[in-house]
Amino acid sequence: MNRNTRPWTPWLYLAPALALLGGLLLYPVYQLGLVSVLDYTQAQVSGGVPTSFRGLANYREVFGDPQFRRALVATLGFAAACVLATLATGCAAAVLLTRVRALPRLALMLAALGAWATPAVTGSTVWLFLFDPDTGPVDRALTALGLTGFDGHSWTYDRWSAFALVLLEVVWCSFPFVMVTVYAGIRAVPGEVLEAAALDGASAWRTWRHVTAPMLRPVLAVVTLQSVIWDFKVFTQIYVMTNGGGIAGQNLTLNVYAYQKAFASSQYSLGSAIGVVMLLVLLAVTLVHLRLLRRRGEEI
Amino acid sequence: MAPHAARTAAAVLLALAALAVSCAPSTSPNSPAADRGTGTLRVWLFREVNNRPKEEVVADAVDAFVRDHRGVRVEVDYIPVATRAQKLKAAFNDPRSAPDLVEYGNTDTAGYVRDGGLADVTAELAARPAADAAALASVTVDGKLYGTPLFTGVRALYYRTDVLRDLGLAPPRTLAELAAAARRIHRERPRLYGIAVGGAYTYGALPFVWAHGGDVARRTGRTWRAAIDDPKSRAGVREWTALFGDDNCPASRCAAMGGNDTVQAFASGRAAMAIAGDFNRAAVDGGPAKGRYAVVPLPGLEPGSIAPAFAGGNNIGVLRSSSHRTLAVGLMRSLTSRRTQDRLFDAMGFLPASADARRAAARRQPFAAPFVRTLDAGTVAVPATPGWSAIDAGQVLPTMFQEIVSGRKDVDEATATAARRMDEAFRR
Repeated sequence: MNRNTRPWTPWLYLAPALALLGGLLLYPVYQLGLVSVLDYTQAQVSGGVPTSFRGLANYREVFGDPQFRRALVATLGFAAACVLATLATGCAAAVLLTRVRALPRLALMLAALGAWATPAVTGSTVWLFLFDPDTGPVDRALTALGLTGFDGHSWTYDRWSAFALVLLEVVWCSFPFVMVTVYAGIRAVPGEVLEAAALDGASAWRTWRHVTAPMLRPVLAVVTLQSVIWDFKVFTQIYVMTNGGGIAGQNLTLNVYAYQKAFASSQYSLGSAIGVVMLLVLLAVTLVHLRLLRRRGEEI
Repeated sequence: MAPHAARTAAAVLLALAALAVSCAPSTSPNSPAADRGTGTLRVWLFREVNNRPKEEVVADAVDAFVRDHRGVRVEVDYIPVATRAQKLKAAFNDPRSAPDLVEYGNTDTAGYVRDGGLADVTAELAARPAADAAALASVTVDGKLYGTPLFTGVRALYYRTDVLRDLGLAPPRTLAELAAAARRIHRERPRLYGIAVGGAYTYGALPFVWAHGGDVARRTGRTWRAAIDDPKSRAGVREWTALFGDDNCPASRCAAMGGNDTVQAFASGRAAMAIAGDFNRAAVDGGPAKGRYAVVPLPGLEPGSIAPAFAGGNNIGVLRSSSHRTLAVGLMRSLTSRRTQDRLFDAMGFLPASADARRAAARRQPFAAPFVRTLDAGTVAVPATPGWSAIDAGQVLPTMFQEIVSGRKDVDEATATAARRMDEAFRR
């Protein structure tokens, strides 16, 4: 039978998936883009005010806002720091898992899974409590250790200290995913290879750097991409821990900023414009990442 | 294969384009369907911290209303205060699941009217509701009434009688005395804030601005212009922000605090003074400060004067989408009648919206006296314009105060920035 007689057959099989993707992905993205070029606030939604076309005016307004530019830079930096810290912690924990006995391994697994399973709002609230200036155990412990400067110290007052605190929480709740995935990857590395490295007298670091890590590259590529996407979109932790963006908005990230524009202030079109910008940034980062991988001869 | 692929891609694009043309973002016209005389009336009221007494008062008023109206059922839902804005917006967007009557904060009136949420009930309210001029102004937009006042909320100065007595201090008679007393208390009792203040506590800060003769914005004709950068306003901002510091309420702790946090600090015994409302009484009585505090009006610049307080309070309005308009207005009147307001005061401590009802209330309950005096001395409202809702939601004033108390900007620079952002919102 000639393959070309039924050219639409593959499309027939793809149709359900395409319809689903179109409905759940393309259509919302299309609406996002549409709203971002309109004048669309609560007055248009329910107030009977006519919707008008604004072109790129929403984007001009967003980029003209110094707070947006600050949030954009902060988000990029914060996400990068979170990704690096999460990957480092997750990989270290995964290596540790392969080197301890069954019981401590089980304990580490359970602790990590507990952190993973904790809802972000709960986790953030608990971290905030740990670092509370009045009742938090961290300040008390530091004071008891003789560091009296930490008596009543507020961790969320300084911009960097607040970001660092949120970073710790983000790493805490997202490293288990990296750990479990990388651990599974390491388990799949053939024992002979590691044995050969050991016989050659390679140190633990060298074994990781030149044997395990290269074999784990596909796994690492996936967890890196996942982490980039998650951390770029961080919302709950910032919103809860810095009370909606920190003192004078010093800890605003793009997602929180978009939420404030779109939902707190009902300026849906500005919120959509920020959403489109975020989408484009993430798309660019993802494409560059995939291109780099492909250039190295790897496919995900 | 290539031509086929191109043809298919073209077909997909065409389909997408058809989709695009057919799907503009949705709007809901919110026009009332009918005015039915029977059926179910749905009411949304705010859920207070201790809601039981409120429920009892409301249930009695509703029962009386239902007895007078055959074939009418009333469903009352108590919605959480923290998420009320989202719930109300959702109700505006989807009239079919919207209630007929809602309770709303008086700073939201203008915004809700612009959003097409509230019905103009001027014609039905020819007989004036039980409320004074300031309360009525808070349901009025462009000369039309969009509801009736339910109660009035006002803030005054709570202070710890034991702490002030131990230090030989009298309740402050001026804002300058207040600052001096606060510093003295914190010096002698380092574990206590002299007065708990918050960088995000707008309605605690504004009386300082008003006491100096300043204001957040002024109206000329139909337009509003920011006035927070006027010299008088700046003097008030300076006096308020000077309370933040290691000699009273350290900025590292207090910059992030809002109104509830300062009330909480006072209630839990961590502050010797705080600016709090009549409606915060239950919260204060729930902590160790109970029985060891008194309330006076927040003083102004001269001894014996009272700093103008923010005229807060809640209203009840009919939604434009209601299909039981006449019934809803009737129920609104009975929920905001003088009798219901009196009972709400006795049960919840909410001050009635009319001046004579308040004075009678203060005679029954001496706790209300300083709040009634504050109200009688004159209160100030925030601009009744949709722009104010945007300024409020955009955190313009909290950001300004936080920039100053954290040392990022001086008073002149921060107020100038805030004024610019406010003017942008007013113009929109």
